[in-house]
Parts: sequence; C-alpha cells; structure tokens
Amino acid sequence: MSLQEEELAEELRQPPRAPSRLRMVGGRFFGSTQGRIGFAVLAAMFLLAFVGPLFSPWTYTDKDFTAFLQPPSAEHWFGTLQTGADVYAVTLRGMQKSLIVGLLAALLSTALAATVGAFAGYFAGWTDRTLSWITELLLVLPAFLILAIMSPLFGDGQWVLFVVMLALFLWMVTSKIVRGMTISLKQREYIQAARFMGVPPVKIIFRHVIPNLSSLLIVDATLNVSAAILTETSLSYFGFGIQPPDVSFGTLIADGAKTAVYAPWTFWFVAALLVVTVLAVNLIGDALRDAFDPSAARKVRR
Amino acid sequence: MTAGEPVLEVRDLHVTFGDVRAVRGVSYAVRPGEVLGIVGESGSGKSVTSAAVMGLLPPSATVTGSVRLRGQELIGAPEKRLTALRGKTISMVFQDPLSALTPVYRVGDQIAEAVRIHQKVTKEQAMVRAVELLDLVGIPNPGQRALGFPHEFSGGMRQRAVIAMAIANDPDVIICDEPTTALDVTIQAQVLEVLKTAQRETGAAIVMITHDLGVVAGFADRVLVMYAGRPVEVGAVDDIYYRMRMPYTVGLLGSIPRVDRGGRQPLVPIEGAPPSPAALPPGCPFEPRCPMAVEECSVAEPALLEVGPGHEAACIRWADVGVRPPGRHAAQAAAAVRGGRGAQEVVLRVDGLVKQYPLMKGSLFKRRVGTVHAVAGISFDIRQGETLGLVGESGCGKTTTLMEILELVKPQDGRIVVLGQDTARLAAGDRMAIRRDMQVVFQDPLASLDPRMTVHDILAEPLRTHRRGDTGSRVRELLRLVGLDESHAARYPQDFSGGQRQRIGIARALALEPKLVVLDEPVSALDVSIQAGVINLLDALKSRLGLSYLFVAHDLAVVRYIADRVAVMYLGRIAEIGQVDTVYDGPMHPYTQALLSAIPLPDPERERTRRRILLDGDLPSPADPPSGCRFRTRCPKFRTLAANERSRCVESEPEVRALAQDHGVACHYAEKLEVVQNHEESHP
Repeated sequence: MSLQEEELAEELRQPPRAPSRLRMVGGRFFGSTQGRIGFAVLAAMFLLAFVGPLFSPWTYTDKDFTAFLQPPSAEHWFGTLQTGADVYAVTLRGMQKSLIVGLLAALLSTALAATVGAFAGYFAGWTDRTLSWITELLLVLPAFLILAIMSPLFGDGQWVLFVVMLALFLWMVTSKIVRGMTISLKQREYIQAARFMGVPPVKIIFRHVIPNLSSLLIVDATLNVSAAILTETSLSYFGFGIQPPDVSFGTLIADGAKTAVYAPWTFWFVAALLVVTVLAVNLIGDALRDAFDPSAARKVRR
Repeated sequence: MTAGEPVLEVRDLHVTFGDVRAVRGVSYAVRPGEVLGIVGESGSGKSVTSAAVMGLLPPSATVTGSVRLRGQELIGAPEKRLTALRGKTISMVFQDPLSALTPVYRVGDQIAEAVRIHQKVTKEQAMVRAVELLDLVGIPNPGQRALGFPHEFSGGMRQRAVIAMAIANDPDVIICDEPTTALDVTIQAQVLEVLKTAQRETGAAIVMITHDLGVVAGFADRVLVMYAGRPVEVGAVDDIYYRMRMPYTVGLLGSIPRVDRGGRQPLVPIEGAPPSPAALPPGCPFEPRCPMAVEECSVAEPALLEVGPGHEAACIRWADVGVRPPGRHAAQAAAAVRGGRGAQEVVLRVDGLVKQYPLMKGSLFKRRVGTVHAVAGISFDIRQGETLGLVGESGCGKTTTLMEILELVKPQDGRIVVLGQDTARLAAGDRMAIRRDMQVVFQDPLASLDPRMTVHDILAEPLRTHRRGDTGSRVRELLRLVGLDESHAARYPQDFSGGQRQRIGIARALALEPKLVVLDEPVSALDVSIQAGVINLLDALKSRLGLSYLFVAHDLAVVRYIADRVAVMYLGRIAEIGQVDTVYDGPMHPYTQALLSAIPLPDPERERTRRRILLDGDLPSPADPPSGCRFRTRCPKFRTLAANERSRCVESEPEVRALAQDHGVACHYAEKLEVVQNHEESHP
C-alpha cells in the first residue's frame, strides 16, 4: 500500500460503526454543498407552504372586497387578485398542492418504472411479456384525455387519486429503458455472484440492480417532478385536475398570466416559487446521484 | 546481437498527461534484425512509450525527447511526414486484433489498402501481394480467405492478418504491443512463430512490448524492464534473466509461477502495488516495495548505472543484488498430502455431464439450425481438501462446466453431486444449504463486486443472506484474513488495486466458511507481481481452512502451482486427468503435450533449446466437432499413424481410461513424452 493510500485509510477510519451503503450515501449527500443547499431550500419551501398560512390573517378562500387587484402592502403581503383573494394565502395553498402532487407523483412514477422495468428485465419469460404488454398499453392510451374524463373524481380531498393517476402516465418510457439496462446488468458477475450465494431474486433486484441504475432513476425522478407539476398545471389550466375553490400553481399561473403585465404580483410570486422549487429538486437530484455513484466523489476530490 | 547503425533510436523520451508523468526518460536503440523486449506491469508506461514513438498519442499528451527513425527526428515532425512513415518504415501490431481490423471491409482489401497507400501499384497487384502476405503468415487457403471479413476469422487468424498488414511494406521497425496477450497458448506459439518468420523475411527490428517474461525470453535479444514510467534495467536477455541487478527484476522473475517447477514452492510476491503515476515517491519508485531498500533509496531516484557490458540497472545497491534466489529449499512439504487420495470425502462429483446449446437462426421465426456441444460428457471428482485444476483453451467448455455446477439444477444429461447431494433432486432448503457451502470467486475482480456497494456491504451480503449474526465483527475478521485493513470496509471496490479487489472477492467467498470454492480464473486479470500474492493467499487459506478448490484456468503454470490434480479439457471433453506432477512431467495425451510445450518459459537458455510442438489451425467449432476423437484434426500424433491405425481415431471417440494410478487419458495411442524438463533436474 502506498503512503497516500494509508493516509486515506486513516481518514476513513471509523471502526465501531459498520459502514453500510445507506450510511455512506447519507453522509456523502449531506457532505456536499449542493445536497445541503437543495435540501435546506426544499425544506424551507415545505415549511413556508404549511406553516406560512398560519401567520397570515387571510385564508385562501377569503376575499377582501375592499381591495381588488392591489399591489403588495402591509395588509396583503403579496397583493390581491382580481377577485380580492390574498395572493400570499392563495400562493401558499397552491404550493402545498403542487409540492405534494409534484414530488409524490414523481417519486411514485420513478419507483413504478424502476420496479416494473427491473422485474421485466430480470425475470424475462412470462413476467417480461406481461409487464411489457401493460407498459405498451399505457403508452398508447391518451393520458390527457383519460385524466380529463376522470377529473370530476378529483374533487375535494381526492388529491391522492390524482397523484396516482398522474404517476400512472409518466413511468412507461423510463421503465422500458430500465428493462433494457437490467438485461445487460443481469450478465454482470456481481449479480451472478449474488445469485450463486443464494440471494433471492427480488432482493437481488432491490439490492444490486436498482442501485446500479440509480443515476438514471434520479435524473428521471428530478425531471418527473417538473413534468408532474407541469402536467398538473396544464390540466388545471383547462379546468381539469385541481378543482376550485382549491388552487394549485397551475391554476394560479393560468390566472396570473392574464394580469401579469399590469399587475405583476399576481404572477411573479408564483412563478418564482415554482422556479425555486424545481431548482431545489434538481440540486437534491444531482447531489443524490453523486452520493450514490462512488466514482463521482473522486472527481470532486481531485 | 546484430551490428550496424540503429534503425530506431529513442532518447530521453518523456510523456506527460496533464500533471501525470506517464513516461519519464526512456532511451533505447534497436538495430536491424534485433528484437528488443520491453517488459513491465500495467501502468508502467510501456504502451504509452510505443504510442509516442508512433506519434499516436492524443493531443493532450506532451511529448519531449528524441525519437529518430533512420536518423529522421519524429518528435515534432509534421503529421504528413509521420503518415508517410507509419506503415512503411515503422509499423505496429496491436493487442486486440479484432479492433485493429475494420469489420466492414474484407481482410484482403484491408491488406491491399496498406500496400497501395505506400506503393504505386494497381489494385490487382496489391491484391496479389495481399494474398502472398496471407500465405506468408500461414493462413491456409489465402486466396479464398482474403475475401473473408474479420469476423469470419478466429483470434489467431486475425492476428496473423494484422501481422501481414504490418509487414506489407517491408518495414524497418515493427512495434508489437502485447501481440499475443489476447490469445491462447497454442495460438500464441503459432503467432510468435509467424512473427519470427516475418522478421526473417523483412529483416526488420522488432520492439516487443509485453508483460509476459516467458514470451520475451525466447524471442528477444535484449530486454528493457520498465517500472513507473522509467527503464529500471536494460541488458542482453541472458543478463536480465540470469545476472539481474535490479531488485524489481528479481522480484518479477521470482513471482512467476513456472510450468517447469514441480513440488510446490511458494512464490515470492512483490509487496504492495506499483505507485500511481500521479503520486510518485520522491526517491526510487520501487523503494516502498523493495526488500533491499535502505534509507538512501528514498532520497533521490537512481539513474541507470552501467553494471556490465551493455547492461544497465537503476539501483544504487546493484552490486548487492544477487542472482535469482533459488527458492528451492522451501518445502516439498505439500507433496506428502498429495499421496493419500481415496480416504477423503468426495465434495464434488461430476458424472457424464452434458450441456448443449441450440443454435438458432432467423429473427422472427427462430428455427434450430444446429447444436453447440459445449460440454460433451465429462466426469471428475474432487475430494475434501483437494484442488482440481480444470484447464483448457478458450472455447473448451471449462466455464460452461463451472456454470452448470454453480446453477445447481438438473443437467441435460449426467449427474452433478455436490457435497453428497444430487442436483437433480434438490429441495429448496437443500439448495440453500449448498449455496452456503459452495462459493465462487470470479475472474474479473472489479466486475464481480457491485460498484455501488461499500466493501462492508459486499462482505456482509452472504452473512445476511444466510442469517449469520454479528456481521460487523465477521467482516473485520474476513478483511484481516485476506490481508486487508479493517478500515477498508468503508471504501468502494474502485478505490482498490486489482490484487486487493480480488482479495475482497476471496473474502466474500470465505464469509460463510464454505467447504468447496469454485475459482474461475481468479488471477488471470492480475499482474504477475500481484498474482503471486493472491496465489499464495489461496494456498494458505486452503490448508488453514481445509477448503477444496475447483480451479478453472487457462494458465497451466498457475495450475501446476496450486492444484493437486489437473483435468485438461479439449472441445467439451476431458483429454487427460491426473495428479499434477504426473501429468506435467509425463503428459500422455498429444494435446496436453502440445499445450505444455507451447508455454513459454522465463528462461532464455531453455527456451532456445526447447522443442515446441506446434498445433495446426484453430479449435474446431463446437457446433460441428470432428467425428471420433475430437482432437484428431490437429493431432500431431494422428499424422504419424498408419491408415489402419487412423481409422480407429476417426471412428470411435476415446474415453478417459486409467493408464496409471490416478492418471487417465482419452487417447487410443497415448504414450509418455517429456515436454517440460523439470527445473531442478536441469539446474542441480
């Protein structure tokens, strides 16, 4: 062993705690500036969305009939809409919905893609044929139309169903990629080694296959967050998706866009929050990918 | 040595990539007809040196120094002049013949193109020359083969075609970069023979770059040993092998397992790993690994010192470096163990194992067009505490056999009995128990370790799978067992060197205290100095833990070192099986004889006097094996037989029959032939 390696070994010495993958990845994630900033910003967003409304005298259903389309003031921090609704309250309410819908739908669709793709690729045969058939079926279904038809169901408190439906139409392409990559991964010796060790197939998939596709999956999930928020936005824009009186980023941007030119506060606060949210998610995605990929650390260190 | 002006003269060549100094001051000269061997481990800068000479380095590399080809300076020469010289005055043979040929053009056209670039000839004349060249390098039916595409050629054939291309314009210098590394030993022997012919025909100087000290011993006139980007010893071939003055050369030669050395003597590995070119120690780069290092060594890097006529070494203590350590005194202790076979319990029995793959054609409607007989009825057994070496060239079915055993399912035909359990009648629980007691170590240590897992998780996986508690302490214990540090558990496989990775692979295999370990070419991806350490470790662990090994390898020297018994496979059948020393000292099957005689020895004197049995052609396709004895198409013995004797070889397939105690041979006309003289006998 060279001197340098010994020093390195010394640095990493931590004998009492078993250095398992979870701990290493966690340590490396929070060790990176990107990861810390991304996580802090996203946490702040959540805090703002859920705790923020408590400090405002207005709720998102309240309407101030004395102030229509007023710029930000002490009374209305972010100004008011044409209807007299408080922009601060409405924006935060919309953020609650969009954050939950966007993040959950993205996670769900990526998880679905990874699981279905990896199972199809690993088991081949009938599992593969059945799962591929389902994937292709969902690919050819007109997602927007079905979501539109189902929109009456997404009424009050039914946002979980909405998230599931959104996710259901987002995962297919990734799943096809995952399947292909799994087929080639399956030939790798470490998968063989695990198989000959007696590790059950399902465990091999979750322990070896999916972590080795994590770079792809994390990029996919990050993209999906934006995709889900945007799908929800466009659905809501057409009046499907989140139903009034409830609001989301989508409905707010749709409304705000009309008045953005002469009353910028109706649009810019929402837009800025959306951008910051997506940015934070991307930062987290990047940091996570580097944390999972052992070779990324070297590049940073050099 | 040939006199005359050097055709290629390299002086003080330096190559840097960014701040990594890959080559640091290489100087050599080759005269016409001379063969210079450049030997070094991976990362020693030997390939970069040759690429720099050819002017083939990427623009990111900074090259300084002087390279003179027939007096013309090449460094800094315009690309146009280099292009005119490349292929004409200086040509190159690469390691991988598949990537050296363009897959979409016919082989003949590619050689003709090489001719036409530098000579004003018509297309027809060039093609005629191409066919001549193919004939010269020993390709049968050259006229017809010239119309073939590279994928229709076997590895050895492709390398011949590449050599034909290299000599197409009668070059003055041929640089061969590991020309035989990707080939099997019998093919390697053929290709080396072709290179000798090529040299005779062209009178060119050859620069032979290799990591294999055996190849160089019989081929080179002078040898340059490289370490960490610098030549550390230069001299005539005999000086390097018998009168070496640099501890690294001593270590390198001491760490090679030799096929001509029986009676298991421990190899002498070189401690540690080569330094990274990005972080070289201040003094002699070999100092951290050198057994003779003194304080002075770490002060400054020694220059090449004249230690004899035409012999230079970069060691301040060269006078104290003795000739090769005999290593003979150590132990024929293991020989005693080899005697008593029979009493031990059988851990693995394979009986008439058959594995066939259907050969399918068509993309939409698949139809069966043939059968690949990968394994065609082989039988052997391994007893407790024993090592069976399964050797053979690529395509002989050794890996298929191994996979069949590891799958633990009912074979297509025959029986596999692992630890007393027939795989055809295994319940799920029994299979799990066998998976615990039978472990595997793969060839490529990086590919067999999950890159996304820490070493701790990798080693803990078998423990968790089979519900052994207290993984933390066991992992630490395992790391110590294979000679790694406990703190390594937190690192990823890529942070380790090749030898260390293989140690992790071995540690994982040993985690559950198995009875049988299946090793698939465990050392063939490692450098010699590292390889010796891993072999020693395997050997030590075996006696300490009472393991049985099934050791699959293509390197017969390694097998001789580690195995008790050996089975030689050819085209899905066992050709010869028996005790290692019996088989190696008196091989009876013509194939074993050819195989053993093809292995180059790191001993120039004996290499020169050795008689080599060269096999013709390539391995026949396992989809269409010859009738009767599968070896008869290439068998040197078959050719000496009378017609009536031959009919037996053509008509009936020989079974393995016992010809002596624990020595079985599958040949109708087996007879003993000594092909590798034992080392001890010749050097008393």
